[in-house]
Amino acid sequence: MIGGLFIYNHKGEVLISRVYRDDIGRNAVDAFRVNVIHARQQVRSPVTNIARTSFFHVKRANIWLAAVTKQNVNAAMVFEFLYKMCDVMTAYFGKISEENIKNNFVLIYELLDEILDFGYPQNSETGALKTFITQQGIKGQHQTKEEQSQITSQVTGQIGWRREGIKYRRNELFLDVLESVNLLMSPQGQVLSAHVSGRVVMKSYLSGMPECKFGMNDKIVIDKQGKGGTTDEAGKSSSGKQSIAIDDCTFHQCVRLSKFDSERSISFIPPDGEYELMRYRTTKDIILPFRVIPLVREVGRTKLEVKVVIKSNFKPSLLAQKIEVRIPTPLNTSGVQVICMKGKAKYKASENAIVWKIKRMAGMKESQISAEIELLPTNDKKKWARPPISMNFEVPFAPSGLKVRYLKVFESKLNYSDHDVIKWVRYIGRSGIYETRC
Amino acid sequence: MPAVSKGDGMRGLAVFISDIRNCKSKEAEIKRINKELANIRSKFKGDKALDGYSKKKYVCKLLFIFLLGHDIDFGHMEAVNLLSSNKYTEKQIGYLFISVLVNSNSELIRLINNAIKNDLSSRNPTFMCLALHCIANVGSREMAEAFAGEIPRILVAGDTMDSVKQSAALCLLRLYKTCPDLVLMGEWTSRVVHLLNDQHMGVVTAAISLITCLSQKNPDEFKTCVSLAVSRLSRIVSSASTDLQDYTYYFVPAPWLSCKLLRLLQCYPPPEDGAVKGRLVECLETILNKAQEPPKSKKVQHSNAKNAILFEAIALIIHYDSEPNLLVRACNQLGQFLQHRETNLRYLALESMCTLASSEFSHEAVKTHIETVINALKTERDVSVRQRAADLLYAMCDRSNAKQIVAEMLSYLETADYSIREEMVLKVAILAEKYAVDYSWYVDTILNLIRIAGDYVSEEVWYRVIQIVINRDDVQGYAAKTVFEALQAPACHENMVKVGGYILGEFGNLIAGDPRSSPLVQFNLLHSKFHLCSVPTRALLLSAYIKFINLFPETKSTIQEVLRCDSQIRNSDVELQQRAVEYLKLSSIASTDVLATVLEEMPPFPERESSILAKLKKKKGPGAVSVNELEDGKREGGELNGGGERADSSAMAASNASTPSPSADLLGLRPAPAVGSAPPSAGSLLVDVFSEGSAAPSAGVNDDGFLSSAPPPPAAAAAVSEEPAPPLPEAEDLLNKFVCKNNGVLFENQLLQIGIKSEYRQNLGRMYLFYGNKTSVQFVSFSTTVSCPDELPTQLNLQTKTVEPLIEGGAQVQQVVNIECLTDFVDAPLLNIKFRYGGALQNLTLKLPVTINKFFQPTEMLSQEFFQRWKQLSQPQQEAQKIFKAGHGIDTEVVKAKLLGLGTALLENVDPNPENFVCAGVIQTKAQQVGCLLRLEPNAQAQMYRLTLRSSKDTVSKRLCELLSEQF
Repeated sequence: MIGGLFIYNHKGEVLISRVYRDDIGRNAVDAFRVNVIHARQQVRSPVTNIARTSFFHVKRANIWLAAVTKQNVNAAMVFEFLYKMCDVMTAYFGKISEENIKNNFVLIYELLDEILDFGYPQNSETGALKTFITQQGIKGQHQTKEEQSQITSQVTGQIGWRREGIKYRRNELFLDVLESVNLLMSPQGQVLSAHVSGRVVMKSYLSGMPECKFGMNDKIVIDKQGKGGTTDEAGKSSSGKQSIAIDDCTFHQCVRLSKFDSERSISFIPPDGEYELMRYRTTKDIILPFRVIPLVREVGRTKLEVKVVIKSNFKPSLLAQKIEVRIPTPLNTSGVQVICMKGKAKYKASENAIVWKIKRMAGMKESQISAEIELLPTNDKKKWARPPISMNFEVPFAPSGLKVRYLKVFESKLNYSDHDVIKWVRYIGRSGIYETRC
Repeated sequence: MPAVSKGDGMRGLAVFISDIRNCKSKEAEIKRINKELANIRSKFKGDKALDGYSKKKYVCKLLFIFLLGHDIDFGHMEAVNLLSSNKYTEKQIGYLFISVLVNSNSELIRLINNAIKNDLSSRNPTFMCLALHCIANVGSREMAEAFAGEIPRILVAGDTMDSVKQSAALCLLRLYKTCPDLVLMGEWTSRVVHLLNDQHMGVVTAAISLITCLSQKNPDEFKTCVSLAVSRLSRIVSSASTDLQDYTYYFVPAPWLSCKLLRLLQCYPPPEDGAVKGRLVECLETILNKAQEPPKSKKVQHSNAKNAILFEAIALIIHYDSEPNLLVRACNQLGQFLQHRETNLRYLALESMCTLASSEFSHEAVKTHIETVINALKTERDVSVRQRAADLLYAMCDRSNAKQIVAEMLSYLETADYSIREEMVLKVAILAEKYAVDYSWYVDTILNLIRIAGDYVSEEVWYRVIQIVINRDDVQGYAAKTVFEALQAPACHENMVKVGGYILGEFGNLIAGDPRSSPLVQFNLLHSKFHLCSVPTRALLLSAYIKFINLFPETKSTIQEVLRCDSQIRNSDVELQQRAVEYLKLSSIASTDVLATVLEEMPPFPERESSILAKLKKKKGPGAVSVNELEDGKREGGELNGGGERADSSAMAASNASTPSPSADLLGLRPAPAVGSAPPSAGSLLVDVFSEGSAAPSAGVNDDGFLSSAPPPPAAAAAVSEEPAPPLPEAEDLLNKFVCKNNGVLFENQLLQIGIKSEYRQNLGRMYLFYGNKTSVQFVSFSTTVSCPDELPTQLNLQTKTVEPLIEGGAQVQQVVNIECLTDFVDAPLLNIKFRYGGALQNLTLKLPVTINKFFQPTEMLSQEFFQRWKQLSQPQQEAQKIFKAGHGIDTEVVKAKLLGLGTALLENVDPNPENFVCAGVIQTKAQQVGCLLRLEPNAQAQMYRLTLRSSKDTVSKRLCELLSEQF
C-alpha cells in the first residue's frame, strides 16, 4: 500500500508531502530528490528502488508526483492512482503547475486525506468529491442541510458516483472517441509495430438516474448479435469492415461488468459531468493516417541530404490538422538549408532537429521537404545513430475503425425518452509515437 | 574566468552563462546548450576565418559547456590555434582548454607539443610559465616523454627568470611523480641542490619540494643538500622577522620554507659533520626558544605558522632521537600544548608525544604528563583526541605506572566511544599481560574487561587469559575462585561463560573444598547459563561437564541426566548432539582410569608472542606509531611469556591472522588436509591464538585441545623451493591417459584438482585447464607456467594467459592454452604450478597431454588405395613396428574406441583379416603434413598385439608407435 505521497517542483523542492504510514520517514523525501530528480543521469524508469523503499513517479510539466512504499504493492495500481490524482487536481484547479499547487495546497491536502486512507485508495471520482470537498476553487453551491446529510449515504452507497435529484432543462450528452495511434515503420515502409490506444470520454447532462446503453462495432458483440439477430445485421458483420477487434478494454466503475461479461452489452448509470467511459487498445487493421517516406544521403563527411515525403491516407473530404514532422539532425550539424512545398520548416538547433509544420492537409495528398545539412568534421569516431523521424497530427476519425453504433438513454421515473436527449459524437485521432526510421 | 581588461570582456560568454543560470529546468538548459553548440559549429565551419577574440570566446563557451558535464567533440583545433596567438589571454584560454579537455592519445598532441616547445624556447617569461603550467596540469606520460629533458635545463639555466624557475621546479616535480623513470636528474643533481642557495625565496621553496621528493627515492645522490639546508634554515631562523619582507608571514619568517627544510632533513640521518650538526642543533634550540616567546601578534595565523615550524622541528628531533636535551625540551613544550585551548594543538601534541614516548631519552619526561593525559582521556570532547590520548597512555605505560594506567583505561572503557572500544580492549589486555607482576591482578583485570566490554573482547583475549592461567600453577586456584564469583552475577557476558566454563572444567577441583562452591554448586551455576548461550559456547560447556565427571565423580549422575535429556541428545545442531552422545557414552562405558587419562588436565601451552598484539597491529594497519613502539617495548615484556620465540613472528602473525579458521573440529573427525606444511587451519582455532604458521595443534586452547591432544596431521613433503619442481614421477602415466581422449582430470591431490578440456583442429589446438581448490582455504600467489623443454619450442607454439593469483576455497579458475603445432614433436610441454597454501609453497610440475596424434586428420580410403599407399611407404625407416602384450585383454569395441580417440579414421573392410584394425590419417603441422597408416593385429590366443605404423616421416612413426603401444 502507498506509504506516502510527495509532490516536488522542478528544482526538487517539496511542495506537498503526505505520509500515510509510519514505515516512511522524512528522509524518503530527500532520497527521492537526490536519487531521481537530481540524478546525474536522467532516471528513465518510473519505479526506483532506494534502500528497500520503492518510489513510483509521474511527471506533469515540471511537477513530479511520487508515491512511496516499503511494501510490495501492485505497481499498476499505484500508477493508476497517480494518474487519477492528476485528473482530480486538474478537475479542481486546472493545469498542474507549481503556481497552482502552491495556491491550492490546503485543497490538495484535503483531497489526499479523502482519496487515500492509510495508503489504500478510496473514492477518487471527481464528481463525487466535488460534492463534499468544496474549496474556493469550486463555485459554492449553497447546499441545504438535507443535501449535506445525503452526501455520506450517497458517497458510501451503491452508486457513489452520482447523486440523486439532478435536473436539466435540456438533456444532452457528448461522446468523444479519442485515439492515439502509435507506429514504428522501417525505411522501406514495413510496419514494425503499430497500435492504437483509445478512450471514450463522455460528458453527460442528464436528469434523474438514467440508465444508458452503449453500443459500438466491437467484433465479439456484433458476431454475437449476428448469430441470433436479423439477417440484415448478420450480413453487415460478415462484410468484416464494419467490426473491429479490441485487444483489451477497461471501463469506468459505473459500467455493470457482469452484464458485459454475460451479454457483452455496456450498460451503466453515468456520473454527472465529464468522465472516461472506457479505454481500449487495438492492434489489428489500423488505418495509418500518414505515410512518411524518408531519403537520407550522406555526401562525403561534411554534407547530408535529406528528402522526406509525407502522404496522407484517408478520405479526401477529411482534413488533418496540426501536422508536424520532426527530422533529427546529426549532433555535429553546422548549417541547414530547407526547401518545402507546403507549410513551414525550420532547423531548431536547440532540439537538434528540423521541424516541419503544416496547418492543414486533406486526404490522399502528398507533400515533400528537402534539406541540405552541413556537418562539422569531429574527432569523434562515433557514427550518427540516425534516430527515427517522428510525426504529430490530428485527424477527425478513429484510426482503429471504432464506430459508435448507439447510445440509448432510459429514464423510467422522469418523463423524457431516448429521443429527447440531444447526443453529440466526435472522433479525434491523434498521433502517439509515430515514427519512421531513416 | 580570466581577468579581463576593457574591450576584452567576452560579452557573449557572459550572456550565455547567465542564460544557463536562468534556466528553470534541466531540459531548458540542454536546449540552450544545443543551440549554442550549433551556433559555435556554424562559426567554426571551415570556410570562415575567425579572429582571435571570437575564437577565444567560443573556446571559452565550449569549455564552460564541458565543465557543465556535456560532451565536447570539436573545437580542439581552434584551441590549439589559440596557442600560437601572441595575446596572453588567448594563449591562456587555449592552454586551459587543452589541460582540461585534450586527452593524451589525441592526434593533436604533436601540434600541442610543438606549441609548448615554441613557448618554452621563447624569451617571454609569462609564456614559458603558461607552457610549464600546462605540462604540469596534463602531467601525462607523453608530456613527460616530450619535456622531461627540457625542463631541468630551464630550471638550472642562469638566465631564467625566478618565476619561471619556480614553475619549472614544480612542473618537474609533477612529472617525476607520474613517471619517475623518465625524469633523470643525473648531471643536473648538484645544480638542482644548489638551488637551495638561490637568492629568491620562492625558487628555494619550489625547489625544495622537488628535492625532497627526489631525495626520498635516492637519498645518496642528494646527500649534499643536508648541509645546504641546514645553513639555509639557520639563516632563516636567525633572521629578524623583517629581513625577508615578502616572505614573512604574520611576523614569522618564511614558515613554509622552514617547514619544508625541516621535512627534507627528516629524510636523512643526523649530519656527521660536527659543525653542521652544531648549527642544526642551534637552529632547533632557537625554534624551541621562540615558542616560549610571547606571541608578536594575536592573530591565529601567527601562532599557526609558528606552531607549524615547531611541530616540524619536534618531528625532526624525534627522527634523530639522539639529543636527550632537545627531546626533553620538546616534550616539555608539548606538555604545555596538552592543555592548550586549541583542540588541534592538543591532538598534535598527543600524537607527537606518542612517538616521543618510545625514545629512551624522553620516556621519563613523557611520563610526567600522565595526569594530564588521563584527564584528556576523560574530559576531551573530540573523540579523535581521546583516541590519541588512549594511544599515548598505551605508549607511556611501563611497569611503574601500569596499574594506574590500566585502571584508568578500564574505567574509561565503560563510557568509551564505540568506535574505539575494541582497540581499547586489546590495549588493556596487552598492557595487563605485559606489565603484570602478579597474576591475580592480571586475571582480575581481564575478567573485569570481559565484564565491562564483553562484546568487544575478541577471541584472542580470552584465549590468552586461559593460556596464561593454564601455564601458571600459582594463579589457577585464584582464577577459579574469581571466575566462580564473576559467574554469580545475574547477567554475565558469553565470553565470561566461556572463560568460566573452561577454567572451572580444568581447575574447579581447586575450589571444590569450600561448601559454597561445591562441585554441584559449580555445575548448577554453569548450567544455569547454558541455555542463554550460543552453540559454540554450549559445546564448550558440554566439554566442561565431561571434565566435571572426571574431576568430581559425585556429579556424574546429574551430568549424565543433563546429557541424556532430549534437548542435548537430540539437539538439532549436529555438533552439540554428537558431543552429548559421545560424552554420555564415554562417561558410562569408560572406566575411571581411562576417563582420567582422556580427560587429563591440559598440558601447558608453548610460550609464544601474544596473538593479541598481532590483532592490534592488524587493526591499526602497518606504520602506526604506537605499534612500532610496542616492538621496542618487548624487551620489557618478557616476564609473562618467558621471553623466547617472539622476535620475528610479527609479519607471520599478520598473515596468519587473516587465514580463516574453520569451526572447531570435534576430536579430529573431519579429514584434515594432509598436504602442505601443517596447514594452519587443520581443525584448530589456535592459529589465531598463537601467531606462527607451524603451531602444533595439540596445544590449542579451543575445546579440541581441551579434550584430547590430537596429533598434528602428517605434513606431506612438498618441495618448498621457488624453482619449478621436477615433473612428478607419474607425469608420464598421466600423459598416456590422454593420448586417446581430450577431456578429463589430469591431476588430483588433496589440495588441487586439475581438469582438462581440449579441442584440436588441423595444426591448432586449444586446451582449457581448470584449477580447482579442493580446500576451504584460499590459495595465494597462484601462478602457472607452461614451458617447452629442449628443442620443443621450435616444434610447438604455446600461448597462455596468466591466471588469477588467488583461488578462493572451493573455487575453480580456468586457463586457456593455445597450441600450434609447427612440426612433429616427441616431448610433451611442461606445466608448472606454484601457489601458497596456508603459507607453505606448493610446487608441482606436470606434463601437458599434448601429443603428436592430437593433430591427426582422419582420412577415409578404400582397400585398394590403402594398400597402394602402404606399399609406397615401404622404406625401413618409415615403418615402426612393435609386438607387445595386451594390457587389459582384447576387446574389439574398446580397441575401436581407442583408435578412433587417437584421431585416425578406422577403415572397415580393408584388411583381408577382419580381426585386424586398419587406420589412416594425416598429421597436420604448420610445416608439413605427414600421412600415417596404421595396422593393429591382435592375437587373441596369445593376448598379444602387433602394431605397425608407416608414415612419411620416421620420427612420427616411432613416436606414434611408442604412444600407442601403451594404450592397449
